[in-house]
Amino acid sequence: MLDNLPSPYYGKFGGMFVPEILVPALEQLETCFLGAINDDAFNDEFYAMLKTYAGRETPLTLCQNISPNPKVKIYLKREDLLHGGAHKTNQVIGQCLLAKRMGKQRLIAETGAGQHGVAMAIVGARMGLDVTIYMGAKDVERQQQNVFRMRLMGARVIAVDSGSGTLKDAINEAMRDWSASYEHTHYVLGTAAGPHPFPLIVKHFQTVIGREAKQQVLAVEGRLPDALYACVGGGSNAIGLFADFIDEPDVSLIGVEPAGKGLDISGQHGATLGTGSNGILHGAITKIMQNDDGQISKSHSISAGLDYPGVGPEHAFLQDSGRVTYTSVTDQEALDAFHLLSRHEGIIPALESAHAVAQALKDAQQRPDGSILLVNLSGRGDKDLAQVMKHSEKEAH
Amino acid sequence: MATINTGNKNRYDKLFNDLTERNEVAFIPFITLGFPNKDQCLKLIRQMVKAGADALELGFPYSDPIADGPIIQKANIMALNAGISRDDCFDILATIRAEFPNLPIGLLLYANLVYGTGLDETYERAKNVGVDSILIADAPLREISTFKDAATRHTIQQVLILPPDANHEKRQAIANLSEGYLYLLSRSGITGTETRAGIPTRDLIKELTTLNSAPLVLGFGIKTPTDVAAARSAGVAGVISGSAVIEQILLQLEKGNDINVSKFIQAMKRAAKRPNRMAR
Ligand SMILES: Cc1ncc(COP(=O)(O)O)c(C=O)c1O
Repeated sequence: MLDNLPSPYYGKFGGMFVPEILVPALEQLETCFLGAINDDAFNDEFYAMLKTYAGRETPLTLCQNISPNPKVKIYLKREDLLHGGAHKTNQVIGQCLLAKRMGKQRLIAETGAGQHGVAMAIVGARMGLDVTIYMGAKDVERQQQNVFRMRLMGARVIAVDSGSGTLKDAINEAMRDWSASYEHTHYVLGTAAGPHPFPLIVKHFQTVIGREAKQQVLAVEGRLPDALYACVGGGSNAIGLFADFIDEPDVSLIGVEPAGKGLDISGQHGATLGTGSNGILHGAITKIMQNDDGQISKSHSISAGLDYPGVGPEHAFLQDSGRVTYTSVTDQEALDAFHLLSRHEGIIPALESAHAVAQALKDAQQRPDGSILLVNLSGRGDKDLAQVMKHSEKEAH
Repeated sequence: MATINTGNKNRYDKLFNDLTERNEVAFIPFITLGFPNKDQCLKLIRQMVKAGADALELGFPYSDPIADGPIIQKANIMALNAGISRDDCFDILATIRAEFPNLPIGLLLYANLVYGTGLDETYERAKNVGVDSILIADAPLREISTFKDAATRHTIQQVLILPPDANHEKRQAIANLSEGYLYLLSRSGITGTETRAGIPTRDLIKELTTLNSAPLVLGFGIKTPTDVAAARSAGVAGVISGSAVIEQILLQLEKGNDINVSKFIQAMKRAAKRPNRMAR
């Protein structure tokens, strides 16, 4: 049995660096997960819920107006149309089913942009589970609509004041809760980061994005795309899109991090892979943003969902191996892409996803005629309207 | 510097032997290095040792202390806001070691403070300032080899934490590995004074003793002399009290008083010395 356990490591990254008290809960989760994914009844329930409740499959949309070179095609994988408004719902359904399987009635989670929290509130309401969401105080402020959404659906939202008041601190607080409550509570980590087995589980349930996209693009183009684009916060939408293409050497994989106000200004971006170094944060060896003393740095991004000084360990590995290229775009470039996509395609993207769009637009200028680019439009931008409005007002003055 | 290194090779052994002879258990206060600032921290440590602390457990302030509750989080933040660096921490340690050559000194760190800055560098510097043991709050048994190997290379004693609900296999492994002492977790959850300490069962203590464990030191939620006495009657070799100590200091700071923890430490140590009828 033990021999069949998946490795907790991706090269030198990953692992389970948590207080001893939490190890049994993580090992129980691992065992449950491995049993579940080999159980037809579990898989049937998962896919049925994705289809009939969450609205899969999501479409693949060819952009008609925004490509800077009309001979370079840009496709969008429309996770923005998933119930809840972002890709997060995919793996929340998976993990909530795991919680049910473990007999755990109470769920806790962190959220940054609020999308993971909203997905939790949705699935919790549907499945009759008790949901508590930890959210950085700064994020509560900039994502008020999502806070209201969560509360509407019965979730308890707790603002976390400690540290930088963002995603990283919300994760800390959720881990603290879990270290006392693990017997009856499941912690649904919202991205492909954290201690083993979370990166593995989140990837497994998000792989549906890339699997569908592959079939869809093959169906319309008869060939694979030349490059895939996804924004990278903790890395769940990116790994979900990339997973089924990693063994396709002709497909370039590009992860896009938030360059915030500029990579050269410390504390003003969230480009962990671009500027970070090896360290341990939230249970895994990975790339992190830290100072010389090993203190975790503050990050910044206009998009709360990318505002994180760590990243999933598999991305650190994929960067090291060279299989995935990680780039970054600034707040302003993301905003420009947000406006462009809204104005010329009639699609309002999440600010997170706008980062991936911005990078694809830049690359489209350089790509040879006939290229096909595919962008994961990980979420819709309704949650960002207040913030973009505020930004536009500032610009106008 | 060299004189610091050649101190007592095994200060914990000597301490626990002496205490057993005197029928006492160890009272070990925890404080965050540099809290509330460098000078006051030194002053507090001196007070604690003079008031009867048998050993010290010291933490480096950290930005993301996931095993700590609000009180120790606050100490971390205040130290960091006071500009305390890693160098400051090692400075304080060197000073303390020079003043108290026989006092066992343990560090309680988070994994990134060790790993992110260079594993060997951290253990080597700790050794050079006379640290006896290192415990890493977020390095469980299954990940310990990385740290344990570095500890061995630099002759630092690696302490492991044993949760109260660990299975037999884990109890055995941790009893085998933990050096200097074994940190027995009194309860689940994070550090803090809101949830009181759980007292280990006689069976657990007997089992760990049979397994030849290093001396058992109970921590998490040890707040009052009554807690110390209860732990003592249960048969542990020592107790660690952190949040309660820091809570006292925070209260005094709030009132604008001169900080003085001597009375508190004395009361806790008294309970570590003799059986407390109330706790029976
Ligand atoms: C729409 C959207 N995209 C992307 C992200 C970033 O997370 P990840 O990197 O895990 O996909 C978030 C996180 O909140 C999000 O809401």
